[in-house]
Amino acid sequence: MTEIFNNLILYLQYPFVRYALIVGVLIALCSSLLGVTLVLKRFSFIGDGLSHVAFGAMAIAAILNMTNDMPLVLLITIICAILLLRTGQNTKIKGDAAIAMISVASLAIGYLLMNIFSTSSSNLSGDVCSTLFGSTSILTLTNTEVWLCVILSIIVLTVFTLFYNKIFIVTFDEDFATATGTKASIYNLMIAVIIAVIIVLAMNLVGSLLISALVIFPALSAMRVFRSFKSVTICSAIFGVVCSLLGIIISILVGTPVGSTIVAVDIAGFIILFIAGQIKKR
Amino acid sequence: MAQLICSDLTIGYDSRTVISNLNFTVESGEYICIVGENGSGKSTLMKTILGLQSPIAGKVVFGDGLKKNEIGYLPQQTQAQRDFPASVSEIVVSGFQGKCGIKPFYTKAQKQEAEKSMEKLNILHLAKSSYRELSGGQQQRVLLARALCSTSKILLLDEPVSGLDPKVSAEMYQLIYDLNKNDKITVIMISHDITAALKYSDKILHIDKDIFFGTKSEYLNSNLGHIFNNTKDGDI
Repeated sequence: MTEIFNNLILYLQYPFVRYALIVGVLIALCSSLLGVTLVLKRFSFIGDGLSHVAFGAMAIAAILNMTNDMPLVLLITIICAILLLRTGQNTKIKGDAAIAMISVASLAIGYLLMNIFSTSSSNLSGDVCSTLFGSTSILTLTNTEVWLCVILSIIVLTVFTLFYNKIFIVTFDEDFATATGTKASIYNLMIAVIIAVIIVLAMNLVGSLLISALVIFPALSAMRVFRSFKSVTICSAIFGVVCSLLGIIISILVGTPVGSTIVAVDIAGFIILFIAGQIKKR
Repeated sequence: MAQLICSDLTIGYDSRTVISNLNFTVESGEYICIVGENGSGKSTLMKTILGLQSPIAGKVVFGDGLKKNEIGYLPQQTQAQRDFPASVSEIVVSGFQGKCGIKPFYTKAQKQEAEKSMEKLNILHLAKSSYRELSGGQQQRVLLARALCSTSKILLLDEPVSGLDPKVSAEMYQLIYDLNKNDKITVIMISHDITAALKYSDKILHIDKDIFFGTKSEYLNSNLGHIFNNTKDGDI
C-alpha cells in the first residue's frame, strides 16, 4: 500500500501527470453536469454523435496541417450540435435518426480523408485508434491546452449555475416553459453549444468513442439513488469527478489506457449505486 | 375588452389545415370547455393560443392586460416526465420561471407563493417527495400547483383528468371549479368528458366539421349538442 502511495507521489511530481488530473477532473465535472439534462431530454446519443463529428473535424484539421486544430473542431461541432437539436424538434427527420446519420457519416468521412491524405502512412491505424480511444493524448497535454480547458470549464460551470433553474424547466417541460413566457429555444441552443464545447474538450481525455460514457454514466448512476433534480445533479457531478480521478490514477499506476480505465470505473460505480438504490427502495 | 380573442383563426400543422376561420372570445372569469372528437384539433388550438405554434391565418390576441408570462398551462404528461427525478417543490416553483426573465434564481417571496399554492391543492406534505413516485392524481395536482404559480388570471388545461380514476377525476374537476369560482381564474379546458363539461362549464366550444361556440343551454339546444347528448345517453 505505501509503495503504491509513494509511487503516486513520485508521479505527481511530473507536471504532465498534474495536467492530466486537472483536465480530467474538469471535463468529468462539466460532462456529468450536462449529462443529467441530456439523459432526461432523451438526447443520450448526442454525445456519441457529436464526438464522431469532432473526429471528422479533427481529420480535416490534420489534412490541412493545422498546428492548432481546436478552433476548427469546436466550430464544426457547435454547428452540428445546433443542427441536431433543431432537427430534434422537426418531424421530417427524427432526432435519433439524424444523430445516427451525422455520426456515421462524419466517422466514415473522417477515416476516409485520413486514409487518402495521410502523409506519414506509417501508423495510420494507430493515429485513428488514439483519436477514437484517446489512448495517451491526455498525458501529452501542452500548457496552452490545459489553460484553454480550465477557462472553458469555468465558463461552462458559471453558465450552468446561473441558468440552472432555466435548464431545469426546459428539461422537464419545454412546452410549459414556452407557453408561460420562457424562451426555451434560446436555452436549448445554449445547451447545444455547451455540449459541443464539452465534447471537444473531452476528446482529449477519453477519445471520441467513450465520451458517451462520461456523459451518461454519472447521470444514470445518480438517478438510481436520488430523487430530486438538485441532488441528482450534485451526485452526478461528484460521481463523474471521483470516477475520472480514480480512473486516471489507476491507469497511471497500472499502465492501462486512460479512457477505458475511466469507463471501467464508471461501470463499477454504476453497479454500486444501482445496488444502493435497490436497498434504499425496500 | 375580452381576455382572449381569437379572430378568423386558421390552424393546423405542416400547412395542413385542421380548423379554419374560428372566432371566439373569452371573458375574464369564464369557464370554457373545448370538446370534440380525437384529431379534431383541440390540442392544436390550445397550442396555438399558447404560442407553441403559429397560426396559418388569423390571430390570437390577449386583452384585459393579460401578459404572455401570466398564463397558466397544464399540459398533457409526456413519457419522459413519468420517470423524471425532481421533487414536488422544484417543479411547483418552476412555474415562476416565466416571471424571472434574466434573473437566475427564485426569490424568497416566490418560494413562499409556491408553498401557498401547494397548500391550496393539498400537496404541501408531498413537497419533498419525488414526482415520479406520486400517483397520477397527485402528479396532476403538482402540475396544477405549478400552473397557479405562473398565473392568477387564466388557466389552460389539456385533458387534466386523462388516465385518472373516476373518484380522483371528480376531485380534480372540483378543484378546478373552485379555482374558477373562488379565485376568479378563467378556465379553458380540453375535455373528452361531455358530462363533466356540461356540469361545470359556462360555455362550450365544440370543434368538429361544424363549430359551435356558446353557452351551455344554447349548446344543449343546438344540433351538435343533441347528437352528442343522444349518443351519450344511448351509450348508457
